[in-house]
Amino acid sequence: MHVLAPDYKSRLRYIIPALIVIAIVFPIFANKYLLTVVILGLIYVLLGLGLNIVVGLAGLLDLGYVAFYAIGAYGLALGYQYLGLGFWSVLPLAAIAAALAGCILGFPVLRMHGDYLAIVTLGFGEIIRLVLNNWLSFTGGPNGMPVPSPTFLGLEFGRRAKDGGVPIHEFLGIEYNANLKFIFIYAVLFMVVLAVLYIKHRLTRMPVGRAWEALREDEIACRSMGLNHVLVKLSAFTLGASTAGLAGVFFASYQGFVNPSSFTFFESALILAIVVLGGMGSTVGVVIAAFVLTVAPELLRSFSEYRVLLFGVLMVLMMIWRPRGLIRISRTGVVPRKGVAP
Amino acid sequence: MDGIFLQQLINGLTLGSVYGLIAIGYTMVYGIIGMINFAHGEVYMISAYLAAISLALLAYFGIESFPLLMLGTLLFTIVVTGVYGFTIERIAYKPLRNSTRLAPLISAIGISLILQNYAQISQGARQQGVPTLLEGAWRFDVGTGFVQLTYTKIFILIAAFAGMALLTYVIKYTKLGRMCRATQQDRKMASILGINTDRVISYVFVIGAVMAALAGVLITMNYGTFDFYAGFIIGIKAFTAAVLGGIGSLPGAMLGGIVLGISESLFAGLVNSDYKDVFSFSLLVLILIFRPQGLLGRPLVAKV
Repeated sequence: MHVLAPDYKSRLRYIIPALIVIAIVFPIFANKYLLTVVILGLIYVLLGLGLNIVVGLAGLLDLGYVAFYAIGAYGLALGYQYLGLGFWSVLPLAAIAAALAGCILGFPVLRMHGDYLAIVTLGFGEIIRLVLNNWLSFTGGPNGMPVPSPTFLGLEFGRRAKDGGVPIHEFLGIEYNANLKFIFIYAVLFMVVLAVLYIKHRLTRMPVGRAWEALREDEIACRSMGLNHVLVKLSAFTLGASTAGLAGVFFASYQGFVNPSSFTFFESALILAIVVLGGMGSTVGVVIAAFVLTVAPELLRSFSEYRVLLFGVLMVLMMIWRPRGLIRISRTGVVPRKGVAP
Repeated sequence: MDGIFLQQLINGLTLGSVYGLIAIGYTMVYGIIGMINFAHGEVYMISAYLAAISLALLAYFGIESFPLLMLGTLLFTIVVTGVYGFTIERIAYKPLRNSTRLAPLISAIGISLILQNYAQISQGARQQGVPTLLEGAWRFDVGTGFVQLTYTKIFILIAAFAGMALLTYVIKYTKLGRMCRATQQDRKMASILGINTDRVISYVFVIGAVMAALAGVLITMNYGTFDFYAGFIIGIKAFTAAVLGGIGSLPGAMLGGIVLGISESLFAGLVNSDYKDVFSFSLLVLILIFRPQGLLGRPLVAKV
């Protein structure tokens, strides 16, 4: 780990406000295509951040991460169909549901040797996909399910109101614009990403964040010092899962429908590639990698056949040459107080 | 007894013996370096393609007698798959021997993605198939129904058990087997005693690949169809078999394979065939909760 001088000021304190300003101005100029690409990028930033807690910080290999993403997405679709829930009520519920699923799955497995988690999560990802695919009467099977458009304070984003609300363009007295729904999703998503970024930034400096990293480095030493390894790992695992649940809700409302083919193992592999490329445990790296790996395929459509091959090569090469990621993780040092032995 | 029950028992036994063959690869690699070889399922998938290619080639040269076809296919598939196993170890595991615990796992996932995509691009995404090589079956009337025991299934059972017996002999009685067992017990000590442990680890990957190749040929014979995604599900199931039998234990892998194959077939035949994969995965989770050391394994103790 690279340690910076205690009085080191990161250049990020200029870059982050600049980026936020760009992000706020962006939807005014963007067309629909650009907006959807950026939304997709942000969804993967969210997924990458969540998996980064699990893989990067806690060192637990989760290969079925997409299952929690699917829980969030189908949570919105099923919640609307059977309970009449909307975007806003599902958003927290999906995070809770995904966290619960993570808890139930993680608790028995995390007591054991770390590698078992990888294969159990791999199996779990496949179970969720198979159930979604086969339970025709409940989930619509391979055809998928429709997802309602989000609403904002009862205002709708369609040209005409469907659920007895008022279309937002009539309320605001502006002309109807098909982008409005995406601008809304973008805005909420952006705020959620910022919140998750902040929470993660704080967590890595809290005892639990330190415990994750310590457990990753040496489990036996941590347990000898009295850390409850199961609870510490479980907290990382459930936190990662709940982030994926949030991302799933955004993905479902962005796409307007959900079907099981969005939640294959390749999706898990893509998110893992984001974390690996971005550098395990590095937040900035993951944000950049998420955009690179989701936006680049949009630009290089003709290469889409080779996309998975590329991820594979990337993972192997990264592990051999830069197992800690492309961006160096550094930590600000501290000056010991007077009278404390160094 | 019901005809369906007996039929599923036979199906399960053949399927299970093949799971056992693949599980050997997982269990031996885990025994020797303590890691899950995630690319192992893909090795099986590659061998299925190789078997089909070799069958087509032999048919092209006008060879039609079953023993010759089988011999040629087995030889070709085993040799080429063995090379794959060796190469995978060289690329994904050997450079990472002293790396972090997570690194080899991720590089193995990378290899697995590469192989899947490679098969998809070079052979096409649709299902491939081979014709039935051994026609005919024995039929027995049982109660109200009947049980069918195809010659293919009998061949699979014989070949799978012959393969396992041969491997057991190699591990128990030959020099290579002694080196493997020594390295498994204590790698450092083995290398002090003059064993080239790096080479032994390579051998173990090749042995696993050879067993997967045998499984690939046999399953392709029985089911006839496969695609580039085939290694994924069978890989998890074979791993389940390895855990069920006790990971690291060779007889455990075989026993676990057969138990898993039979219970999965019975579930598919008697309960619901749509959810047979879900059943196997749930079984994996349940074993890990209630008996992580498996049927024949010893409890694992972490050493400092």
